[in-house]
Order: sequence, then C-alpha cells, then structure tokens
Amino acid sequence: MTIESKISIRHVHKAFSVKRGSKPFKAESQPVYALQDINLEVRQGEFMVIVGPSGCGKSTLLDLLAGLTKPGGGQILLDGQAISGPNLDRGIVFQQYALFPWKTALANVEFGLEAKGVGRRERRETAQRFIELVGLGGFEHRYPHELSGGMKQRIAIARSLAYDPEVLLMDEPFAALDAQTRETLQSELLRIWEATGKTIIFITHGIEEAVYLGQRVAIMTSRPGRIKRVIDIPFESRRSEEDLRSNPDFVKLRHEIWELLKDEVSRAQEQEKSKTLDAYGEGKSSAKGGARHG
Amino acid sequence: MAESNVAKTLILQGRSDGGTLERATAKARRAFRNSVAILLFLAAWEIAPRTGIVNVTFFPPFSEVVSAWWGLLRDGDLQDHLAASLTRSISGFLLANLIAIPLGLAIGWWKTAADYLNPFLELMRNTAALAILPVFILLLGLGETSKIAIVLYASLFPLLLNTISGVKNVDPLLVKSARSMGLSSISLFRKVIVPAALPTMFVGIRQAGASSILVLVAAEMVGATSGLGYLIQYAQFSFLIPQMYAGIITISVLGIIVNYLLLALERRLTGWRQTYGE
Ligand SMILES: Nc1ncnc2c1ncn2[C@@H]1O[C@H](COP(=O)(O)OP(=O)(O)OP(=O)(O)O)[C@@H](O)[C@H]1O
Ligand SMILES: [Mg+2]
Repeated sequence: MTIESKISIRHVHKAFSVKRGSKPFKAESQPVYALQDINLEVRQGEFMVIVGPSGCGKSTLLDLLAGLTKPGGGQILLDGQAISGPNLDRGIVFQQYALFPWKTALANVEFGLEAKGVGRRERRETAQRFIELVGLGGFEHRYPHELSGGMKQRIAIARSLAYDPEVLLMDEPFAALDAQTRETLQSELLRIWEATGKTIIFITHGIEEAVYLGQRVAIMTSRPGRIKRVIDIPFESRRSEEDLRSNPDFVKLRHEIWELLKDEVSRAQEQEKSKTLDAYGEGKSSAKGGARHG
Repeated sequence: MAESNVAKTLILQGRSDGGTLERATAKARRAFRNSVAILLFLAAWEIAPRTGIVNVTFFPPFSEVVSAWWGLLRDGDLQDHLAASLTRSISGFLLANLIAIPLGLAIGWWKTAADYLNPFLELMRNTAALAILPVFILLLGLGETSKIAIVLYASLFPLLLNTISGVKNVDPLLVKSARSMGLSSISLFRKVIVPAALPTMFVGIRQAGASSILVLVAAEMVGATSGLGYLIQYAQFSFLIPQMYAGIITISVLGIIVNYLLLALERRLTGWRQTYGE
C-alpha cells in the first residue's frame, strides 16, 4: 500500500498561532490546532474526495499538500519524496477561481506554462488545446470579467491542467456555482479525469458531490481536524450510469456519510459560537475562521 | 422573388440608414452636452464686458483675450514660457515617478515598513507643497532646482501612497495561486504584484500629473523669470490684462491635455478592467 501510494500523509499536524487580547502589550500567542494526526494514502490516478465541517482544516490540508505551508509535525510524501515547497507537479483549483483579471482566458491558461519555461509557440498551442478540452473554444480572448462563474472555473481548471501536474488539488471548486452548472462541471471533471488519469484530491461540503465524484471519500472531524473514516465508493464508470443519484446504493452511501458528518457539523457550529463569544469577551474579533462562510 | 429581395434590401438599407442617423444624433447630443456649459460661459465672458456689466479694464471680452493669446504666440513668448514650464513639470514629475514607484513597490511589499511609514507619508502629503516653498527657495535658491524640487515634492506623495496601497491590496488569492505554480519572488512581483497594483498606481500618477502643473505655476509666480506662472504675474504687474487671461487659459488647457494623455495611457495599460459605464 505504502509503495504504490502517490501521496502519503503521515501523522500530519498543523497549528496556527493567533494573537488575542485587546491591548497589544497583553497580546498572547494562542495556538489554534487546525489539524491533528492526519493519515491518508492516495493512490496513483485516484479520485479522492475529502468532506468535513466548515473550519475543520480542509483548506489547511490542501495548502500543505500544495507546499504553500509546512506541517508542524509529520510528513507528506509525493512519490515517496517529502514535499519541500510549491511545484508544478501539483496544480490547485480554488473556489474563487483566482484568475488574473488583466490576462485573457488564453493568457491565464498560458501562465503556468510560462512558469514552466515552455516556449511561446508551444505555450499557445497547449493552452488552446486545454481551453478546448474544457469546452471554451472561441472564448480564449475574453477577459475573466467577461466570463460567467462556470466559465471562469473551467478556465481555472484548464490553467491547472495545462502545465500537466501529476496531482490536481481542488478546494471546493464548484461551491460558488449554481446547481445546473455544478452538475455539468462535475461530469466534465469526471470525463477529464478519465481522459488524463490524474490523481485528484477534491474538497467539498457537498455529500452528494462527494459520492458522485469520489472513488473514496475521507470524512474529517471538526477542528482539530482528523480523518474520521474513509469510505469506498464502489461505482464503476460513473458517467455511463443514467441517473446515478437515484440509485439506491448511491442513496445509502450518501446517508452513511451524512450520519458520520452530522455530529461533526454540530460540534463545529458549537466551536464557532464559543469562539465568537470569546472574541466578544476579549473585545476583539479572533482569526478569520469565525466569519468564514459555510 | 427578385422583387421581394430588392424590397428586403431596401428595408435593410432603410434600417441601417436609420442606425447611422441615430448614431450621428447621439454623437451630436453628446458633443452638445459636453460643450454647452463651456460655450455659455465663454459667451457670458464676451457679452458681460461689452455691455458694461463688468469692468472692461479688469475683465476684457473673450475675443480680446484670444487675440492677445495669438499675439503672444506670434511673438514666440508663449512658446518660450510654455517650454520653460513644461521642462520643469515634466522633469519633476518624471523624477518623482522614478523615485516613488520603485520605493512604493518595495514599501508596499514589506508590510511592516508600510505600517510604520504610512502615517508619516500621509502627513507629508497633507503638508501643502506651497507652504514649504520658502524652505526650498532658502535651500536651493531661486533657480531651476527649487522649481523642479517643488514639483517633485508635490508629485512624490500621491505616487508613493497609491503605489503602496496598490501593492498592499493585491488579492492574496492571486499571490497564492501564482506561488502554487512555483513562481520565484521576482517573477511573482513582476507578473502578479505590479500588474495587479497598476490601476491603483495610476490614480497616483494622475494626481501627481495634476499637481505637478498646479504647484509649478504657483511657484513660478513667486520667484522666476520664465514660465507660465511668471507670464501671468508679469502681465498683471504690467497691466497687460488680456495677456494675463491668455496665460491663465493656457494653463487650463495644458491641465486638460495632461490629464487626457495620462488617462489615455492608463486605458492602454489597464484596458482589461471592466468599463462600468456600459
Ligand atoms: N492563517 C491562519 N491563521 C490562523 N488561523 C488559521 C489560518 N488559516 C486557518 N486558520 C484556522 O484553522 C482552522 C481551519 O481552517 P481551514 O481554512 O483549513 O478550514 P476549512 O475546513 O477549509 O473551512 P471551510 O470549509 O469553511 O473552507 C480554522 O479554525 C481557521 O480559523
Ligand atoms: Mg476551506
């Protein structure tokens, strides 16, 4: 198991120090334990979905995988090598697209290729090919503000795929989209995944989305985040199934995950509440977590 | 069949004619809206002195001002003064850009520095440049140096403050996204921070452009032997009232041109931004 793992997350911890107290002199550094002893093995070419209540540390985990931050303890291996920093072997897709507004769709997709040192000519051709892969041929010269949310997310996906990372990290990529667009993009993502064979780690709040997309679904506890259970989703080729969502097995799995998640969600809500109260008591709002959307 | 085609063509033509006509009227209406207030003002300027509502000696009719302006142009006086003023404004303005933009980018990037320096820079910006003109004259004399220095001073702070705030307010998600693609700090700066900060930087550039003219003209009135400010002051002393107004008008037009040019440059460089007007 260990040997064939694409990504191994072993005993990973992460804590943030949050300054509290109303007066600067009284400020004491208080750690917020975001992740506690995370263990997860992701196989080559696997579609792994992570679900968990708001504020449980999902984005924190993804930042660690991207190499944007370092774990406080434990290690993360990619092909058996410890991750030392950001690299083009991993691509991230964010919920808020993170497209460069001063670049056209095409130039946005070219951005990672440029960072990779690909020549101008080849860059253009590759970018064009990936824009077509995500079904946006004809829109390459539009600026992000001229595209709909769904189109922007397609471009963001094309940008991450274009530089050919081995692993695609996706942080609630479809959460800001309307239901129809989301369903379309979900099945397109599956198509792209099947076509490219990438390893995907996909974070979501949506249980249905998790069951529909994932080969396995990891459920996290409320903060400090741990992996509570990993559930196998045994459907073959999801796209061929006519209406997978009403399949009784699908419904059963969805319910099982919901059962696992619901205590964690209420605990997370308790945490948020007490944190807000704390912040009131100390006359200063705490770190960002309290105000984050769900 | 053929006839109906002809009819269709006619209809289409009629429509497109209507479109052109409509567009032409819209254009005319816009031109009218933009110029009517100015034209009324100029008409009042022409009529009021002629009808004796205001004193002709101090307020000559607009046509006389125009002919005085023409006279100054023919003698070459206007060009000389304009060139003197422009040299000073442009040198001061460019120098300020050269200093403030790299400095502002550095300060904005280094957040702690920005937090410490911002109050000081605000203080400096709100210290009217003209109020410290005497200091400049004292230190640098009455020559070109003190004029360029005052323009530099007046342009520096809007540029600096806006560049800093532009860099500080770059969307962290964009930085994160670029970093995840393994960009080095230098490419990150060049490819993300600077383009993202550019619109805010341009607010500063336009403010600086406007104040570089305003401040210079005032400085030239105090101690100078050339320049548009001097021309106005000299004309007033010598009781060449139409010439004085000619100088004033030249400055107004110059201000408009400078603003227009900077705006055009801004559109070229930040054309990707949403045009909210449409
Ligand atoms: N830079 C930071 N400084 C301090 N605390 C942080 C920081 N980033 C995250 N946290 C805290 O760590 C915890 C986990 O945050 P994270 O963003 O990973 O949650 P999440 O699971 O992605 O939540 P959501 O589902 O709402 O996106 C939160 O309590 C948050 O307040
Ligand atoms: Mg998150």
